[in-house]
Amino acid sequence: MTAAGTGTPLRRGLLLPFPAGAGRARFVVARNATAFRRAWVLLLSGFVEPVFYLFSLGVGLGALVGRVTTDGGSVVSYAAFVAPALLAASAMNGAIFDATFNVFFKLRYQHLYDAMLATPIGPRDIAVGEITWSLLRGGLYSAMFLVVALLAGLVESWWALLAVPAAVLVGLAFGAVGMFTTTFMRSWQDFDYVTLAIQPMFLFSATFFPLSTYPDALQWLVRATPLYHGVALERGLMLGEVGWGLLWHVAYLAGLGAIGVLGASRRIARLLLT
Amino acid sequence: MGAAPGVTVPAADRATGRLLAGPRPPMARGERVLAAMEHHLRVYRRTWRGSIISRFLSPLFFLAAMGLGLGSLVDSSAGGVGGQPYLQFVVPGIVAYQAALLGFGDATYPVLGYIKWNRMYSATLSTPLGVTEVLLGHLTVLGANLVVATTIFLAIAAVFGSFASWWVLLAVPVGLLTGLAFAVPTFAISASIRTDNVFGILYRFVLTPVLLFSGTFFPLEQLPLWIRPLAWVTPLWHGVVLTRHAAVGQWPGWMGLVHLGVLVAVIALGWVLAHRAFTRRLLS
Amino acid sequence: MTDEVLLRARGLTKTFGDFIAVDGIDVEVRRGEAFGFLGPNGAGKSSTMRMVGCVSPVSGGELSILGLDPATDGPAIRARLGVCPQQDMLDEDLSVEENLWVYGRFFGLSRREVRARADELLEFAQLTERRRDRVEPLSGGMKRRLTIARALINNPEVLLLDEPTTGLDPQARHVLWDRLYRLKRQGVTLIITTHYMDEAEQLCDRLVVMDHGRIVAEGSPRELIDAYSTREVVELRFEVDDRDHPVDAVRSVADRVEQLPDRLLVYTADGDETLARLHESGVRPLSALVRRSTLEDVFLHLTGRSLID
Repeated sequence: MTAAGTGTPLRRGLLLPFPAGAGRARFVVARNATAFRRAWVLLLSGFVEPVFYLFSLGVGLGALVGRVTTDGGSVVSYAAFVAPALLAASAMNGAIFDATFNVFFKLRYQHLYDAMLATPIGPRDIAVGEITWSLLRGGLYSAMFLVVALLAGLVESWWALLAVPAAVLVGLAFGAVGMFTTTFMRSWQDFDYVTLAIQPMFLFSATFFPLSTYPDALQWLVRATPLYHGVALERGLMLGEVGWGLLWHVAYLAGLGAIGVLGASRRIARLLLT
Repeated sequence: MGAAPGVTVPAADRATGRLLAGPRPPMARGERVLAAMEHHLRVYRRTWRGSIISRFLSPLFFLAAMGLGLGSLVDSSAGGVGGQPYLQFVVPGIVAYQAALLGFGDATYPVLGYIKWNRMYSATLSTPLGVTEVLLGHLTVLGANLVVATTIFLAIAAVFGSFASWWVLLAVPVGLLTGLAFAVPTFAISASIRTDNVFGILYRFVLTPVLLFSGTFFPLEQLPLWIRPLAWVTPLWHGVVLTRHAAVGQWPGWMGLVHLGVLVAVIALGWVLAHRAFTRRLLS
Repeated sequence: MTDEVLLRARGLTKTFGDFIAVDGIDVEVRRGEAFGFLGPNGAGKSSTMRMVGCVSPVSGGELSILGLDPATDGPAIRARLGVCPQQDMLDEDLSVEENLWVYGRFFGLSRREVRARADELLEFAQLTERRRDRVEPLSGGMKRRLTIARALINNPEVLLLDEPTTGLDPQARHVLWDRLYRLKRQGVTLIITTHYMDEAEQLCDRLVVMDHGRIVAEGSPRELIDAYSTREVVELRFEVDDRDHPVDAVRSVADRVEQLPDRLLVYTADGDETLARLHESGVRPLSALVRRSTLEDVFLHLTGRSLID
């Protein structure tokens, strides 16, 4: 919020499409970076988990499954098939965790945002700052994961360089929507619904087996879920199955992210400035 | 004297004689454990609804994704695992993992809560109950919960044709042992830590790798030799192997005793550590 | 009150590693009395209470409760005690009455006994209307009363209260004190720790003042005030800048003067007369207040420190 000479901050927030001000989001990012300096083990864990999955499924299951025909038509090893999916899924998991559990804790228990809004920092600074921080971390994990996948020989194309920004986009979409959802939550019990939404997506978004495994009716359902688009995008880039169709996934995720950011910043303004 | 607040000792006091002033008839060990159990049963009665999703839906999702989805892939390319449909291979693993996860989960936040947040354990130890009864009471109810959850999951999984033999019923006691092998040592950890951050780290660095490398989703033999000993020391692998034998009605031979022995040994070691940690934390 | 000694400590000591929490105290509590441990945070009150409650082993000295030894007869002693800890320790997943039922069963009471007893105690704690509510949304005063009700479920002979009114608002404190009077009248022995001198004066027949793990004085509130303070106290406040200047002038008029960060305390038998003499000698405070001595003054005299700082 810019220094308001006249008019209450609340009214301005309602008049503008976005609650005013995001120029100070970097302070929110800086605050989180400081807080995380002591929690490096948790920081590390965000990277280690997908690598565990990759190793276990790629090596262990890979021997059972053999080669897989992707929905794009190429035939690849099972490890190469799951690696992009794990990248997308971990981007989702990380962003959701930050945007739901962490934000809820700060919002309801730590009253961190109340303290921030007592300074020149405004609601949109907070929404943008939290999501930016989450994306920075997600981007870092993705880059590290990509290096591991490359070393394991699971990367088939130079397009894979775009896998990191794609993972950031996945994070943006889920982080923004997750944060929007969090502003409606009343208690920790409600987080069971987050798990209820995330876990099936993790398991069923053509993550561990191709879309063609499903009956037709179910395929349409899977196609409607956001993680499917993330997985399909990553898989296209890492396996070099690149075409204009990928832009459809990008548009889906970007649209979702925009709705989330808009909704979350409005709701935060409503929750904290009334 | 003695009759406390504005009221007489109720006429019912003859039932146990424990409301009369002066020395009281002592409580037997069993009676004390039952009293501690009653507390946890009441808590479960109030809170079980909140955990339905994580307890029943989540293993069901795993069953559908791994058993059916991935299963069709494995069966078509490799003809299952050792001639067995992948569904029948993987579901016993998920049964055992679910028990482990439940045992771990029930021994983390709830236990730390009773120690640190609402301090009910301290309140309990101000009565004739001691650490042994507090632990036994809580673990017995936790165990009963493991039995119920495993039984329900087995029934649902059976509908999908996940099991080849009625011997799969033995997966219930195996699930109980596997769950306790995770719960009892976790009691010791929960009683030794100051903040709950540790649980997140344990989940990610211990529980998840244990799930991935204990032969739940594929036979351990698929992994390089050097990593296999890691599975041997985790209780989950022993639980998975036993459950898998039960699910097809195959006698595990003398190795079965080894697997059982490991589970029991982990529980026993956990008990000693938990008892010590509780005493140190609550009775210092 | 009878002469029967319910609690006897001789040279009672509690150490945690190198730290000495309780440093050889001698205490006797008789049946039916209300006995207090007064002292600041960290004086060793809570450590003493935990030893008396048989949840903390004695490091040295002797302790006997109800004629029994806590080291060997813990469960038998605890069966006859009621403990109201500093923090409420209620199970917030359960309802008000369930908290009582569950706790009563820990003492081996039959279900019938527990229910009958819980009904009476809910009445006593003024919680009958809230009996089926969850504990979590109750006010601080209600939770405290529920904790005390729970501590009484086994009809204890001795009730241990650790800082019973810390954190409560004045209204809730008075309600609680009223309940404790009633218990005392019915013959329950109360052992109370507090760092509030008004609470000690209100509730305790006899008390010990503790500091750094030791007992520095013992007696009834009246006796302690008579022995360690004067009848009245004059409190003087000055401008922040010239507080130091009048100290000497004040000292020339009074026997004893304590200098606190925000005021001077002048100890005297007759406050009004002292105040008049201060005026004559040219001392001009911003404000002056004459009051009776309290245990706070006793503590200040004994330790040179304020109780709450």
